[in-house]
Amino acid sequence: MSEAGDPLLELHAVGKRFPGAVALSDVSLSINRGETHILLGENGAGKSTLIKLLAGVYAPDDGEIRFEGQPYRPSSPHGASAAGIRVVHQELNLMQHLSIAENLMLEKLPSKYGLVQRSKLRAKASALLEEVGLSVDPRLRVSALGIAQMQLVEIAKALGYESKLLILDEPTATLTPPEINRLFQIIKRLKAKGVTIIYISHRLHEIFEIGDRVTVLRNGRLMLTRALEGFAIEDIVRTMVGRRMENQLVFREDVALGDELLRVRNLKRNNRAPEVSFDVRRGEIVGVAGLVGSGRTETVRAIFGADPKAGGEVWLSGHKAEVRSPKMAVKSGLGLATEDRKEQGLLLDLSCEANITITDPQKVARVGLLDRTAEARFASDLFGKLRVKAKSTKQIIRHLSGGNQQKIVLAKWLFRGSDMLILDEPTRGVDVGAKHEIYELLWMLAAQGKGILMISSEIPELIGVCHRILVFSKGKIVGELARPEFDQEKILSLAFQEHIQ
Amino acid sequence: MTDDAAYTPSPTVAKRRASKLWRFVIRDAGVVVALVLILIFFSIKAPYFATSGNFLKIFVQTAINTVLAAGMTFVILVGGIDLSVGSVLALCTVVGALIMTAEGWSPYQSVPLALFACAATGAVCGFLNGWISERWRIPSFIVTLGMLNVAHGAARVISDNSTITGLPQSFVDFGNLIIGGFMPSIFMIAILVVLVGWFVLRFTVFGRLIFAIGTNAEAVRLSGHNPPFYKIAAFTISGFTAGIAAIVYLLRLNVGSPIAGVGYELNAIAAVIIGGTSLNGGQGSIIGTLIGACILQVLSTGLQLLGVGDNFKPIVIGMVVVLAVILDTYRQRLLRRLDY
Repeated sequence: MSEAGDPLLELHAVGKRFPGAVALSDVSLSINRGETHILLGENGAGKSTLIKLLAGVYAPDDGEIRFEGQPYRPSSPHGASAAGIRVVHQELNLMQHLSIAENLMLEKLPSKYGLVQRSKLRAKASALLEEVGLSVDPRLRVSALGIAQMQLVEIAKALGYESKLLILDEPTATLTPPEINRLFQIIKRLKAKGVTIIYISHRLHEIFEIGDRVTVLRNGRLMLTRALEGFAIEDIVRTMVGRRMENQLVFREDVALGDELLRVRNLKRNNRAPEVSFDVRRGEIVGVAGLVGSGRTETVRAIFGADPKAGGEVWLSGHKAEVRSPKMAVKSGLGLATEDRKEQGLLLDLSCEANITITDPQKVARVGLLDRTAEARFASDLFGKLRVKAKSTKQIIRHLSGGNQQKIVLAKWLFRGSDMLILDEPTRGVDVGAKHEIYELLWMLAAQGKGILMISSEIPELIGVCHRILVFSKGKIVGELARPEFDQEKILSLAFQEHIQ
Repeated sequence: MTDDAAYTPSPTVAKRRASKLWRFVIRDAGVVVALVLILIFFSIKAPYFATSGNFLKIFVQTAINTVLAAGMTFVILVGGIDLSVGSVLALCTVVGALIMTAEGWSPYQSVPLALFACAATGAVCGFLNGWISERWRIPSFIVTLGMLNVAHGAARVISDNSTITGLPQSFVDFGNLIIGGFMPSIFMIAILVVLVGWFVLRFTVFGRLIFAIGTNAEAVRLSGHNPPFYKIAAFTISGFTAGIAAIVYLLRLNVGSPIAGVGYELNAIAAVIIGGTSLNGGQGSIIGTLIGACILQVLSTGLQLLGVGDNFKPIVIGMVVVLAVILDTYRQRLLRRLDY
């Protein structure tokens, strides 16, 4: 930890406790001026707490933080950004209905006599956008942008405040490979300009491209800080989880395929969208690859009846199923774990139990009366099966980590006993250990004769887990690969197929 | 460095029990504590406050608002608001009084029919509120604002803009009844409504879905339910309780009047809010609502006994409503801390 260089940020034996849990203890760390420092750890390891300390959301209980040699104790996020520390959170904080320019300059709109000076605003915004290589009209509303562009706007916003330390919290979680590339170019450019960056990611293969040094947290403690060069991925993972991980391959040869379970024929999301047809058999895990925005989510939502469809048929176990609403879909044995678990999957202010039984409350009720003992029994049974870590089955779900929340989303459909599970990005924002547990769970379900359709933007994950992979490009299925044909390059080039022509 | 040391602080059983007690006090008993404090304050400060006669009066006066607020709780839990309950109450009193005073019927025929008509009229108005706002996706604020005027107008048309008196004596007698010397019949009705509401919200699948929809309607829809059904049901319940409140009104004041219930909706909303139910939906309890209604009435009566003029009373009560919400934000923060 004693590399040469002028430390910009120093943490001395910092600790933070919450009632009932120690989130960080005895963390000492120094971030050098101008470096890109990677922060790693499983969900619940203390990364978010550390960031929140730096961002002025929490104050440390023990230890001291020094920034530019001065004691650093911001009382609010505003204080942090005034001092020059800026966090780009995973959940973006943009005002959807304001223009890009207004978002960029929100905290110091150029004004005269209380009136906004539009031309000045636009000029300043354009300059910032140029810095992050985003060529859009700053007068556009933010809601018109894609998620990757919004991410860049957030970074541009951070630059606008002349941040000395920029903290990027999983910026690539929702980005596609070319977008990630672009982001990395920008990070490198910022670094060349001398901006210090703390970068958090779950995607281990990408950090080598930009990082200088790395710090690994585990269970609230600092495991190590070292140069990234020469640090093997396998060793990183071992440091993070405290045990050796097998690679992502969890494919099981011994699970036999059964009869056809789901048949989708000529499904059209709307009148302009292309038709989609595919099947899933019992015991089969079918992957869905494609770029963000390739129509994967929209297609499964149409199958599930969450959005109206313009045409096509859905068959389940050889019977044509009328699926005009999620209610009908669930009745006929479909389950959908949505991509956005906070907005569409979970009842954040209710207990884990209530979240699990919501798919079929009648199952834990007699003549309309809830049987709470039965509910608790089902929930704790599923907690055991899925290895959910929580204080109890009655804990409010908002306070669980991302991986555990995702497990509850799966538990909902296990509780319902749905035959055909559609999982949209089931491992997004989930740490390495929990990811592995989810894969194993999927295989356990397949072995029980359920069918699984799994959308993922992480191709290695699909290659490691699935029987077949469907590749979407601009709303069409452009390829279907069987296991022997799996190849990352091939899948990627298929995903881009419709964009190149 | 041991692996899991940091995350297993294992509080002792006693500690856990203490935190459970805290949770109970903060989450469920906060309003009760407030009510008790207010009661103690007035008992010391206001003459004649702590007398059985005064408590009887408070019970009687709080009955109507309690019934309205009980139904309102359902609507607010699913994230809506019902501004029409006061007018619907007026319409129901007119309908009920007209039936009871109709010629050619014995009270044994007219009274049950009138009770049914009150409840049914209210339920139909409530159903329309819910159905219109769900069918065309209009905020319930607007739909029920419309219903406020429509029901008020309908009450005037039906009653020919006059007060209807001369209800059957047996009905009037029941309204004056004080059971066991301390429990006025009409407060008994209010308590019954609250108990039924509490049971439904706490123990039934229906109640669970009401909370779930208030928390995240889209997640409930994607879990295979039909949220509009439950939202319409919540509005129907609110209309139904407005009908019951109209019966209580007839029992207490013995007249049906198109100008009854003006402003009652705001008292009902205030009771729900003071009782700790969140206007965003998904959080709250009907027992809280009952306590909230009691706090409002105790304040009103207590201030009167203290000699605070009628002009100043609304100022104090208005401030209390806002104060209750401010305190609620602190309560939420404490709860979150306990839940980590």
